[in-house]
Amino acid sequence: MLNGTTAEIKPRTALRINPAKTCQPIGAMYAALGIHRCMPHSHGSQGCCAYHRSHLTRHYKDPVMATTSSFTEGSSVFGGLSNLTQALKNIFTIYQPDIVAVHTTCLSEVIGDDIPMMIKKATEDNTIPAGKHVIHTNTPSFVGSHVTGYSNMVRSIIKYLAQSSGGTRDQLNVIPGFVDPADMREIKRLCAMMGVNIVMLPDTSGVLDTPQDGHYQMYPKGGTTIEQIKGMGDSIATLALGHFGAHPAAAELEAKCNVPAGFLELPIGLTCTDKFIDALRQYGSTDVPESIEEERGRLVDLMSDLHQYFYRKRVAIAGDPDHLISMVQFLVELDMQPAYVITGTPGQHFERRIKDLLKEHAPNAVVKQNTDLFELHQLMKQEPVDLLIANTYGKYIARAENVPFVRLGFPILDRTGHRLFPAVGYTGAMRYIEKINDALLDQKDRECEEEWFELVQ
Amino acid sequence: MKILDDRKQQIIRHGLHTAPIVCEKHSVAGSVSQRACVFCGSRVVLYPITDALHLVHGPIGCAAYTWDIRGAQSSGEQLYRNSFSTDLREMDVIYGGEKKLYHALCELIDAHQPRAAFVYSTCIVGVIGDDVGAVCKRVAAEKNIPVLPVHSEGFKGTKKDGYRAACEAVYQLIGTAKDNGPIQHSINILGDFNLAGETWIIRDYYRRIGINVVACITGDARVDDIRQAHRARLNLVQCSGSMAALGAMMERDYHIPLKRVSYFGIEDMSAALYEAAKFFGDDPEILRRAEKLVRDEVGKIYPHLREFRKKLAGKKAAIYVGGAFKAFSLVRALKMLGMRTAVVGSQTGGPEDYRQLQEICDPGTVIVDDATPLELAQFCLEQDVDLLIGGVKERPIAYKMGIAFCDHNHERKEPLAGFVGMLNFAREVCNSVTSPVWQFAPRRRGRSLSATGNREMAA
Repeated sequence: MLNGTTAEIKPRTALRINPAKTCQPIGAMYAALGIHRCMPHSHGSQGCCAYHRSHLTRHYKDPVMATTSSFTEGSSVFGGLSNLTQALKNIFTIYQPDIVAVHTTCLSEVIGDDIPMMIKKATEDNTIPAGKHVIHTNTPSFVGSHVTGYSNMVRSIIKYLAQSSGGTRDQLNVIPGFVDPADMREIKRLCAMMGVNIVMLPDTSGVLDTPQDGHYQMYPKGGTTIEQIKGMGDSIATLALGHFGAHPAAAELEAKCNVPAGFLELPIGLTCTDKFIDALRQYGSTDVPESIEEERGRLVDLMSDLHQYFYRKRVAIAGDPDHLISMVQFLVELDMQPAYVITGTPGQHFERRIKDLLKEHAPNAVVKQNTDLFELHQLMKQEPVDLLIANTYGKYIARAENVPFVRLGFPILDRTGHRLFPAVGYTGAMRYIEKINDALLDQKDRECEEEWFELVQ
Repeated sequence: MKILDDRKQQIIRHGLHTAPIVCEKHSVAGSVSQRACVFCGSRVVLYPITDALHLVHGPIGCAAYTWDIRGAQSSGEQLYRNSFSTDLREMDVIYGGEKKLYHALCELIDAHQPRAAFVYSTCIVGVIGDDVGAVCKRVAAEKNIPVLPVHSEGFKGTKKDGYRAACEAVYQLIGTAKDNGPIQHSINILGDFNLAGETWIIRDYYRRIGINVVACITGDARVDDIRQAHRARLNLVQCSGSMAALGAMMERDYHIPLKRVSYFGIEDMSAALYEAAKFFGDDPEILRRAEKLVRDEVGKIYPHLREFRKKLAGKKAAIYVGGAFKAFSLVRALKMLGMRTAVVGSQTGGPEDYRQLQEICDPGTVIVDDATPLELAQFCLEQDVDLLIGGVKERPIAYKMGIAFCDHNHERKEPLAGFVGMLNFAREVCNSVTSPVWQFAPRRRGRSLSATGNREMAA
């Protein structure tokens, strides 16, 4: 399929080939699923909603619920007010959620639908039952990426729901970037080990990694409750994990409720997890328990054991910016050599931060935002790498170039580990060391000459 | 479970209701519809044209979600599996995307030299008013290949309207080959998409009985074959929704008769071969060869099917598929395995489809148009089915309830068409239905695992 890819990079003025991103609304839908008893609502054509649900289902292998305004030609001319009004009526009648989180699509953005006005009208007309909530965020598909959509929704949740009562609660807010339920579960586990009381928003654990219990539940047990979200305005501080996915929401909360925001990166790898643990220690006024020290010690032990297989290996990595910023630091800790670091999501911070991280260790690395996997493949043709890290779509390149491949991020459509095991924390770091090591050694065992085929590694 | 008043007439219980089912409605706003949009319909139908360029004109999402998600296989070209998009941004929305589209097309055609190009319009293209047709015309003239606009703006109807838009686009190619004479004993296979290699199986059957296949539209399709599709004597149309329009256009303009067929299940597959053979009655050898082929193939699989039937007899199934026509075949195929269809629904069925469904289903069967997952789950539990047949969004719902599943959509991994496909289907259904995993679903605790009763569960 990629046989036609050449090393020569011709300037493209208008074309995206094999994207390293997707559109905003899917991120907003995912974030909304992290509220307990929430129905995400897609204000646009019904295809958007179907695509997002299918895509999320393929990644999480769990049912994904969302409703749609089912736009017709009429709505695209006269606006989507009647669609949204009817939708809200129907949703509260049949599905009975506690909250509906509306996100826009390119269509409703271009025709200029004013969602806050529509929600206001629905409130005045008593379309929204007492005690129920409707919130919204704008997610034009032609701006940013799925990460932007996630970030926008989390920020809007805060904007609509968080309140400051004037008092203080002995709790920290944790806002994770666009990570999997297993990651959110791991973050909660670390906080519990630290003895820090937290509210995490959004929290898709228990929503998209539900146990099989013989029933289909529209609203599983998980998710941040509305009461918890309201209370976030009284927390001691907020830890936001990820510049792109989480920081805007924390900044919003600081501005709205005066809750100080701590801006961190995703706790992927040793140093980034250290920083997260240290922030918990400081904000939570607690000590790091021995159990966490030991977990960290096991990670460092594993890094020592395997460093000879990793050092100076060239790596190409593609994915979402928050994942990459942390993963690149981890690769440097493993003494690997990031050669190409690309994301489809636009944003200058990505290039600045990664270049800064690599300025001594890998000053010649190519770092690009707002590009695609086709360009990454071309770069790899110019000078090959020893390892590729990307989401599922990297597999085409891995096959074409016969390069060891480790999956990371969203979406992963062809493997299952991400559903259950984290990428974050010391545990996630150990898991990725195992994955990288397996990929490198499996390749060697499969490809090397007989005389180099070794039993003990 | 609450069902909206507006939707109540879209659900009937066979034998209890006399009023006809209401269908072909736009989904009710606010329902968790399993349906998609116009773009989706066009994209799935045209995607398997392997040596054409497929460019999605719009923001990135529409291209991202349809990137190689359909296991429609190719025996040669792989170009179609890439994701090409104009990735429209804010400035394009303001100033228009025509320029970008022009450049994107030129860059791609120069790089890949495709036999034709399809340009899919997405929602906002319809709103910002890009003249996609004009750009296509210009590029076609400059590059000397057909560049075909697909009018697939998502909001302009349902998935079914997308099929029609696709048919209209592909129809532009038909009749453009140099040779024009009719080909003896020849057919086009319409509406099979070579999922898991199914077109190959079917084409091979026809070849073996002495029928020439001119074009498969669109399973493993080549542009040059489609260009001469008008030379065929007969169109066999599978999948009632997607390609019926193309068949009708060819009948109108080229006087090629069409027959609706299905390749799922022994009965339907045999009928599909006999229909064609009888059409070419001037050569009785064709029918004789068809009879022999059916005999041989059925002989090969029948003993195995009997084994599966022993394990599956008396089990109940729910079916939720895109087109209703597929549901007919599935009901019949399940019957052959001794299974009863207790729930059946489709996304795009028409009134005639649902009438026929009632004819072949047993009394008490729930028949539902455009079901929501909640309805589907509820009917599955209420009817206590052992198996759900559906697509990607239905799979995890079945599993959560502890119900076996068979993907009869894009994500099938084994060919389910043809005689060999029937065997694969039976094996897949049997393996899933009798899997020991379901005993761990609390709801099922205490029930016998398989019909043979040799794996009693601990209560």
